[in-house]
Amino acid sequence: MTRVYVSGDMAAVALGADAVAEELVRAGCEVVRTGSRGLFRIEPLVEVETGDGRIGYGPVLPGETEVVLAGTHPHHLGEVAALPFFASQQRFTFARCGVVDPLNLADYETHGGWQGLANARSRTPQQIVDAVKASGLRGRGGAGFPTGVKWQTVLDAPAGEKFVVCNADEGDSGTFADRMLMEGDPFCVIEGMAIAGHAVGARSGYIYVRSEYPFAIRTMREAIARSAHLVAPFVLELRVGAGAYVCGEETALLDSIEGKRGQVRAKPPLPAHAGLFGRPTVINNVLSLAAVPYILAKGAEAYAAVGYGRSRGTMPVQLAGNIRNGGLYEVGFGITLGELVDDIGGGTDSGRPVRAVQVGGPLGAYFPPALFDLPFDYEAFAQAGGLIGHAGITVFDDSVDMSRMARFAMEFCAVESCGKCTPCRIGSTRGVETIDRIRAAADPGGDIALLRDLCDTMKHGSLCALGGFTPFPVLSALDHFPEDFGGAAAPAQAAE
Amino acid sequence: MRQIDLTERAPLTNSTPREEGVKISGTLPENLAEVIESLAHRFAAHRGGLLPLLHAVQHELGYIDDRAVPLIARVLNLSRADVHGVVTFYPDFRRVPPGRHVVKICRAEACQARGGAAIEAQAAERLATPFGTTRADGAVTLEPVYCLGLCAIGPNALVDERPVARLDAVKLDAIAREIAA
Repeated sequence: MTRVYVSGDMAAVALGADAVAEELVRAGCEVVRTGSRGLFRIEPLVEVETGDGRIGYGPVLPGETEVVLAGTHPHHLGEVAALPFFASQQRFTFARCGVVDPLNLADYETHGGWQGLANARSRTPQQIVDAVKASGLRGRGGAGFPTGVKWQTVLDAPAGEKFVVCNADEGDSGTFADRMLMEGDPFCVIEGMAIAGHAVGARSGYIYVRSEYPFAIRTMREAIARSAHLVAPFVLELRVGAGAYVCGEETALLDSIEGKRGQVRAKPPLPAHAGLFGRPTVINNVLSLAAVPYILAKGAEAYAAVGYGRSRGTMPVQLAGNIRNGGLYEVGFGITLGELVDDIGGGTDSGRPVRAVQVGGPLGAYFPPALFDLPFDYEAFAQAGGLIGHAGITVFDDSVDMSRMARFAMEFCAVESCGKCTPCRIGSTRGVETIDRIRAAADPGGDIALLRDLCDTMKHGSLCALGGFTPFPVLSALDHFPEDFGGAAAPAQAAE
Repeated sequence: MRQIDLTERAPLTNSTPREEGVKISGTLPENLAEVIESLAHRFAAHRGGLLPLLHAVQHELGYIDDRAVPLIARVLNLSRADVHGVVTFYPDFRRVPPGRHVVKICRAEACQARGGAAIEAQAAERLATPFGTTRADGAVTLEPVYCLGLCAIGPNALVDERPVARLDAVKLDAIAREIAA
């Protein structure tokens, strides 16, 4: 019986993978549903196991499986891992994604699973925290706070009930790494959480997954059940969000798990001191926790050997929007924005020139191609008036109207504001109105000054990143694309 | 099992708002209190179990009727205001029944970069109902969603939990036919 691999990832299914898989089952194949390798242009991807390894074909449409099995499908890719898009990656966190059967424990173990947890269990909590510190790992959710320092705070908190919380409320447009990993390698997330629990003395953990990810919810639930005996006495529970973007903010997320409205808490106290149910809590993003098994298995030095400046290790970059080679590209920090968008991403999908890229989701800045030599690094992006965020890069071609995107940033903030602080709740609505006036006016100078002033208030007066960072896309659009707001073109762009 | 009198603390004066002219396909079970209580038992061991319970109620009944709010409050020992506050905070929780089909279309940046705005307008026209509403014949509810995590293959939609990528006029037509069937 021929064994074939077909992605069961939500993106592959959205492109028709289920029908292809069913056809292969009817043809008598043994079909293994994997996660996605991460290049959506070749999905639905079918890999056929042969004496020469796994041979890929993609995209494959329903009705074409016969020619795939005959080996004559025109989209013959050969060994998928050898394609340039994959061969140039450094897959630390996503090594197994797209390769293994996500819910097969034996598969996970064969591919290096549980080694990090086994090593962690042979060490003291302080040794584990030291290893995470030495790796240089920083919060992959966006803030970039050193993960080891956070863990140290929870470890140092007085003994008693503590929690580990995994933030899987990946609401940023242009990001999908958490989703892909939860669907493609859920045990990796679980292993990272179990290590965190062992390191800080927490017996229970929560994974908070957004409701927009039904596939990830299903896979994580099953993975939790199947691995419960391996992570015991650590106990995991999955919680499903309910459509509120702001719950991706850590304190709003904690309130949501507690069964309340997802409203942001004032800090201090930090969650590490008084988090879930008022207890010391490690709350980390999916990618931060999923980086930990590698660090414990291969050593902190191996992880820290890759990177740039104070940004150590790899970042699973998500190439999104109007881009030819959209997908997941894990690589060490330091690669430039231009390399990611032009060389790896292959430019726009529409074939038109790139005009702007938004890095870091709805709260991230818009950059023009003039800034494409920026290295992917927390500090470099902060210096340039932006942020890496969750490392999603959304590409726009020259048909984009940047004042419209600035308006959308304010509109989104107004829709998603939790309502607790005034700059965010009211400022966002006033922002939409002000941008509407700018778009309609012959001489918008006064309203542009007002908009900048409003952004300043939101930036410094908001309780959390939703209101505080919405000015990033708005101001960057104003600064780099003034011609879309009735002004003269920015010098850097005019020079091109 | 402790019986809860539906009439005791659930005055119907503050009844569920309904859109004019929308035909409701489902009706509330007569034993609403028992349904809520049996669902609540499933989440009794969960700390902060209100969200899981609300998800379960909505899964069971299609929406969270205002008459269920005092019952949920009672079994979880919360105030009605607490439960009402949570139901109305989260966009997922419905206070009126949805259409027979629910179509969610992504409005976020990555889909906009791939022509999402035009598809939004076409969808509202093709499905004959504005965003955020249920069509008068109750066949379909059209809603915005902010990101499905399929950001390189947009514009994207979720049709009754089934993801659809690279949405265009042809696929919208297919969705409209599916709803009419």
